[in-house]
Amino acid sequence: MKIAVLIKQVPDTDDVKLDPNTGTMIREGSGTIINPLDLNAIEAAVQIKRNRINPCSITVITMGPPNAQFALREALALGADQAVLLTDRKFAGADSWATAKVLAESLKKTGGYDLILAGEKATDGETGQVGPEVAAMLSIPCATYVTKIENHEENVVITRIVEDGFQRQRIHFPCLITVLSDLNRPGMPTLKGKMDSRRATLITLTAGDLDINPDELGLMGSPTRVVKVTTPQKTRKTKRYSGNGVEKGIVELAEKIKSSVLNR
Amino acid sequence: MSQSVMVYTEIRNGVIHPVSYELTAKARELADKLVCDVCVVAFYDTLQEVPEIFFAYGADRVIAAQDQCFSLFNQEIHTKVLSEIILKEQPQIVLAPATTGGRTVMPAVAGTIHTGLTADCTGLDIEPESGLLLQTRPAIGGNIMATIKTPNHRPQMATVRPKTFKIPEKRRVSGVIQPFEVDDSMKQTAIEVLEWIPLESGSENIQDRDVIVSGGKGLKRKEGFKLLQQLADLFQAGIGASRPTIEAKWMDYPHQVGLSGKVVSPKLYFAIGISGAVQHIAGMETSDLVVSINKDPDAAIFQVSDYAFCGDLYEIVPKMIAVFSGLLSDRIDETESEKHVQ
Repeated sequence: MKIAVLIKQVPDTDDVKLDPNTGTMIREGSGTIINPLDLNAIEAAVQIKRNRINPCSITVITMGPPNAQFALREALALGADQAVLLTDRKFAGADSWATAKVLAESLKKTGGYDLILAGEKATDGETGQVGPEVAAMLSIPCATYVTKIENHEENVVITRIVEDGFQRQRIHFPCLITVLSDLNRPGMPTLKGKMDSRRATLITLTAGDLDINPDELGLMGSPTRVVKVTTPQKTRKTKRYSGNGVEKGIVELAEKIKSSVLNR
Repeated sequence: MSQSVMVYTEIRNGVIHPVSYELTAKARELADKLVCDVCVVAFYDTLQEVPEIFFAYGADRVIAAQDQCFSLFNQEIHTKVLSEIILKEQPQIVLAPATTGGRTVMPAVAGTIHTGLTADCTGLDIEPESGLLLQTRPAIGGNIMATIKTPNHRPQMATVRPKTFKIPEKRRVSGVIQPFEVDDSMKQTAIEVLEWIPLESGSENIQDRDVIVSGGKGLKRKEGFKLLQQLADLFQAGIGASRPTIEAKWMDYPHQVGLSGKVVSPKLYFAIGISGAVQHIAGMETSDLVVSINKDPDAAIFQVSDYAFCGDLYEIVPKMIAVFSGLLSDRIDETESEKHVQ
């Protein structure tokens, strides 16, 4: 069995502070991490491999700048067998469609996966679109918002959580699954895993290695364009209460709730 | 008429989700600027309403695909049928709900027919000079708003979260129902739907609640949520939780508010013992009225609050419960006396 895990390197949002004047993120000094939900995807692959009698290999794939290799090495330390770095200046500025295109072609190129796993969405772009787009480009079925995977020889039985309940679906291979944090608790790398991953050879693929029309790459190949970016005005006028002022504040709040929330 | 604005509706177990009307009304507004028609697509097996209901919210046409294959949601069949309809109708715009369904089917459609898709739009308009759809969405944890266009690919597609747009008054207008036959090739699927397990009542999606009471690590212990539940009960509110409390298993994942959980936008949001990590703020900052309680005067959550209470939540919350329950019983008395007058 061959499993691929699609991962993304993202800014560590727990690190990031807000600039109180502009309301924008201060990225300087914050590190990068593997997108948290992608860690759940890696862990799912590791568990499937552990529980299978037949041979199983895990390939972890990312598109990003050269330093995204650190995310791949971390994934290797967590239990992936090989890692593919998709890096090329021509990939830069890709929207979800153009990102999915590169990932889909790299999956075709490195080939023959039964199961492709990914986090449901990344904490930076948070579109959640790349997974289903990749699946569509490969003409394979996709399940999203997955919180449970039961693995069988020819298929997986997944549980997806939706607004008003849970769906259980049996999906035949090959398929793509995007996962949520309820699925599992990501493992920790072993010391040996860390040492080995530092020395591991990564597979690097550039635009020339993939069968993609040049006008479908990166910013040029992206159907969507960001045309304007604005910083929303923080319109809230915060009323602060502390110490003896708290009780007065609660009464004021009660009046506000009565007039604006309950009065409909 | 081609070049329509199309709406992919959400119908769950025979019930039309209100977001379908919100999007139909928005589509009407866009179509009036473009001088074209609004075409609503409805996939269902049974329907508690009649499909004509969409005319009241601005639809000119309803493509009604009624088939047993839609009795339980199968994302692969939805993707195939919707892609087929889009290729046949060639709409210039497709709007869809940013629900788990829409956020699964729409990117698969985008990948299938090669066009752009903008997730979770909070604003949609037509650029007068070009006639292009302007799609505005929060980015980088809601710290910036990005306006996005799809200049060269068609249709221009966007998902929109429920409750982003208002449902207008119903109008008395008529339109055309176009039945759509789902042929057998579209029903071929590698997905076998085994089971549907509805959430227990009381644990319904917090995104549908008008009031949400959320707790964070400042509660110090799991039992703190019991106190929050008392506050929540006053408003029939949902319970929300910050990521650290989910990780500590104080609360279940469906309650998580934030980037890696649910994005909510209630009329009233309580953030109690939540410091306000970017990841949490991005999940609640569009709420109408935000009330926070924190012992740290510099807590980031205060920056996005209308009412900020600095102090011990275990002192402040019980006081709130006492005052608010008085407020609510006054309100019940008023409703009672109104009944007497009638």
